[in-house]
Amino acid sequence: MSNARALTALTKTLKPLDGYALALGDDALISSHRLSEWLTYAPDLEEEVALANIALDQLGQARHLLGFAGRSSGLSEDELAYQRVDREYRNSLLAELPNGDFAHTILRLFFFSTYQRLLYAGLTASADGELAAFAAKAAVEVGYHHEYAVSWTLRLGDGTEESHDRAAAALAELWPYTAELFAVDEDVAALAAEGLVPDPESLAGPWSEQVGTVLAQATLGTAPSGTWRPSGGRAGLHTEALGYLLAEMQSVHRAHPGATW
Amino acid sequence: MTATKTARELVEGVPDPEMPWVTLGDLGIVREVTTGPGESVRVALTPTYLGCPAIEAMRTDVAEALTAQGYRVEGVELRLDPPWTSAAITERGRQKLAEVGIAPPHLTENADMHVSGTHSSTPLSLGVRCPHCGGIETALLSRFGASPCQELRRCSSCGEPFPAVRS
Repeated sequence: MSNARALTALTKTLKPLDGYALALGDDALISSHRLSEWLTYAPDLEEEVALANIALDQLGQARHLLGFAGRSSGLSEDELAYQRVDREYRNSLLAELPNGDFAHTILRLFFFSTYQRLLYAGLTASADGELAAFAAKAAVEVGYHHEYAVSWTLRLGDGTEESHDRAAAALAELWPYTAELFAVDEDVAALAAEGLVPDPESLAGPWSEQVGTVLAQATLGTAPSGTWRPSGGRAGLHTEALGYLLAEMQSVHRAHPGATW
Repeated sequence: MTATKTARELVEGVPDPEMPWVTLGDLGIVREVTTGPGESVRVALTPTYLGCPAIEAMRTDVAEALTAQGYRVEGVELRLDPPWTSAAITERGRQKLAEVGIAPPHLTENADMHVSGTHSSTPLSLGVRCPHCGGIETALLSRFGASPCQELRRCSSCGEPFPAVRS
């Protein structure tokens, strides 16, 4: 489809701030999809409702961010969500990893919401008024996600032997992927210097401190050591899992392009 | 037919799609209604939550309400700045919510919540009153409820669970 090729070209030439919004939007969109996979599988009704609501909040954030990212290039949020292939997605690898068990989902949400809370708080000071207004609203929503994730991290970590072991296993698996959230490339550094976005590196310290406090309280010990810190998601280099996720997420749109109801 | 209704009155009178007992005006989400030449109208709404699924229905309902009274709708846009908080709900909206068993938000300044060492700024609705018996001892069952702007609580006096509008 020539349209698809044109889209690829456009997403490569997005203005830096649009590309930044796209990366944040992709984080929210892919994370939302993973959470929505829990529907009808959550441990109980309250968790089902909670995970669905968090997924919905993230989807709302993704819609605004993708809408922002595509506007100056004439790309709609639907085109960006449903017509890009995995190499054009800029989400962090953490967001796309398959769900695993409930502890895995909780630990990921804990890492992710702690990061997003700091990120959106920083973004409220953006020189771009629209992004700042978006962040002010999103920060309140993410506060609830964070509260939920923290309360479950504590319960699982400091719960039964099995819940502790599962939380510890999730921590060990997910931890290496958290470094990518704070990576800085040339574009982001330039945006941060202009006061348009928070410097990702400046978020790393508070993030580590807040995460460490909760992990200690949850009797999950300190963060794992180790130097394997995979990255590449922001540059479109993803794990195998993203392709399968997109195949499902985009199936209806690709089968019936342009359909409305 | 009340042909004398202004565009703003029409927009504010549209019922909320998820909580039809209250109107968009009651919820405080109508930001601007501008009329121009030839009965043209532009409307700005603010969403309660970014992912509020009712927002598309609100835009359609607003456009229909205006069109039905002869207005020409030029656009119903979303405006995020400043963000909506539950403090924007009017006194009439609060009363109507309480009448159908949804606790309106607590009006005093939100206290900071303390989650295990982290200084969370998530607002905590202290002292939400039971909409059934008026009891002031209520406990949070879940932060997440039937719609993005609601949470689920239970009254310690009468034992009834009830939804409450969260910040």
